[in-house]
Amino acid sequence: MSPTANGVALLRAMIRIRRFEERCAELYQEEKIRGFLHLYIGEEAIAVGVMQSLTPEDAIVATYREHGHALARGIDMNRVMAEMYGKATGTSGGRGGSMHLFDAKTRFFGGNAIVGGHLPLAAGLALADRMQGRGVVTACFFGDGAVAEGEFHETLNLAALWQLPVLFCCENNRYAMGTALERAQSETELALKAASYRIPAWPVDGMDVVAVEGAARRATGAIRAGEGPHFIEFRTYRFRAHSMFDPDLYRSKGEVETWRRRDPITLLTDRLRGEGAVDDAALEGIEREVAAEIDAAAAFAESSEWEPVETLARHVTSEAPS
Amino acid sequence: MSTVTYRDALNQALKEEMQRDDRVFLMGEEVGVYQGAYKVSKGLLQEFGEMRVVDTPITELGFAGIGVGAAMVGLRPVIEFMTWNFALLAIDQVVNAAAKLLYMSGGQFNIPIVFRGPNGAALQLSAQHSQAFESWLAHIPGLKVVSPGTPRDAKGLLKSAIRDDNPVVFFEGEMLYNTKGDVPDEEYVIPIGQAELKREGDHCTIVTYGKSALMAVQVADQLEKDGIRVDVVDLRTIRPMDVAAITASVRKTNRAVVLEEGWEVCGVGAQIVDHIQRDCFDDLDAPVIRVHQADVPMPYAKNLERAAKPDVAKTIAAVKKVMYLPD
Ligand SMILES: Cc1ncc(C[n+]2csc(CCOP(=O)(O)OP(=O)(O)O)c2C)c(N)n1
Ligand SMILES: [Mg+2]
Repeated sequence: MSPTANGVALLRAMIRIRRFEERCAELYQEEKIRGFLHLYIGEEAIAVGVMQSLTPEDAIVATYREHGHALARGIDMNRVMAEMYGKATGTSGGRGGSMHLFDAKTRFFGGNAIVGGHLPLAAGLALADRMQGRGVVTACFFGDGAVAEGEFHETLNLAALWQLPVLFCCENNRYAMGTALERAQSETELALKAASYRIPAWPVDGMDVVAVEGAARRATGAIRAGEGPHFIEFRTYRFRAHSMFDPDLYRSKGEVETWRRRDPITLLTDRLRGEGAVDDAALEGIEREVAAEIDAAAAFAESSEWEPVETLARHVTSEAPS
Repeated sequence: MSTVTYRDALNQALKEEMQRDDRVFLMGEEVGVYQGAYKVSKGLLQEFGEMRVVDTPITELGFAGIGVGAAMVGLRPVIEFMTWNFALLAIDQVVNAAAKLLYMSGGQFNIPIVFRGPNGAALQLSAQHSQAFESWLAHIPGLKVVSPGTPRDAKGLLKSAIRDDNPVVFFEGEMLYNTKGDVPDEEYVIPIGQAELKREGDHCTIVTYGKSALMAVQVADQLEKDGIRVDVVDLRTIRPMDVAAITASVRKTNRAVVLEEGWEVCGVGAQIVDHIQRDCFDDLDAPVIRVHQADVPMPYAKNLERAAKPDVAKTIAAVKKVMYLPD
């Protein structure tokens, strides 16, 4: 497989997420999007790269920083944007918002806002898949901060003990809110934590989408072959503040600048240019198409209806006949 | 008197108690270098250093329990939960350890610890970030549960909580941090377990606490324009509850509305209504009405969230209903 055979598609997918979130930040200033908004800007290579290794039958479980994963998974941008607005046409009918994107059709299981809380859910999905003989993988995305929680350790142990088909994707962006990794972990080589549970684990450059894809393919291949859970530590960086409320005073401008020089979109663009796979015209074409899609999504969200308040109590309990 | 925000009032309480007693220390996520997720601990790391302002990784269960251990041997930890939603991960240590070690040890070990942080809904933070947990913890013998609504009460009660030899659960409000009020310049404490009449009137009683006390005062001010005079009983402490203050008011007004942020079923309001029916049965001119959050996880959408939350209009409607007045 040529590493960049798929390169233009990867680039386009990353640009699409980047521009979508840039628009979200603007819409937040305009008070169209409210509450907490956690941008994935700088980390797009991970969601995009890992998704290449998944089939439509595989499952995804993510955090509150999940817009990129949702888009990369193929959830309709209109419905994602409408959910950010809180409209009836959104993925959760406006009940979830930016932190709680869910989509059963694409097996996208959130959008979970309690740090570490979704790791056991991922192992549970994998357990059910195995019990019912579905040979699929569950990819679980979480941050470096989640590694400190008990739920992380309980889940990794059980997943390894029971050899569950989970791909643990640790998005190590070096900070959990304002807490630098060195201030949170006695052992900062996070792959070693997974290895201590006898889970194959290794670090990967999370700014290199091709490397991400390659690692994810290797891991999912092994999981599908029955080799149990795998863990990849993707080394990355968030270019923006933790959320729209974070003044971002805990890291130096220089540090942010250094990482920005390894912007995953720039890295891939340069590489593809070098190979002659893209030129200015191609890039402009991508930007134009992406902008049109985002304009359409914002217009869709804007013109969508609010969920009627009469339905407030809908979905508190199941509507299925019991 | 000075005009102080609720946030600064809490900050003053922490600072004064840390100056007064070197056994007091603060521990939690982002309390130090970040100066507090909601800036309640601003400046404390600089004044007291890393030994007494302890940043933790995201490990709620661990640091809550470590606090309990330190309290068993005489330190006086103040444990900050970034919000009470995340304290759910630590509830084992609050309920199974802090609340009952004194009893299980036959009185040998006091647990002088404070668990504090913001509670209840802010604005459009959705279901996992918009929950009020007073009734959960008020259910537990061995805990004291405090929920102040004003800067003055917040400061005076936090000082009492830190000095108390028992575990105290201290509920703040995300939406309260920026609110302002008069705070005495001189040293003072407010005893745990004492309600305060925030407005006086003889037509109807509103019993409430925490953030809802502000709403109740607005309700009283608005109703006063229609000639309706409301007693606002701000409990300030949920456990132990100042039942005498409730009954004194209801015996005067003969009507009561109970207002709380949380859900109805097995809520704090149910306990309040029970005290009223037991002690004021013959005084009541109408059934007590409760105002609370709709029985749903908090939705994100603005219109749904508004419909789910108690508000001034809903509370006014409830007062009119117990007074058999048209809306
Ligand atoms: C149990 C819990 N504790 C605290 C929080 C508040 N919080 C939200 S995100 C976050 C930082 C998480 O950092 P990390 O896991 O590294 O993910 P990142 O945000 O960097 O993607 C914190 C402390 C929470 N949501 N859940
Ligand atoms: Mg992180």
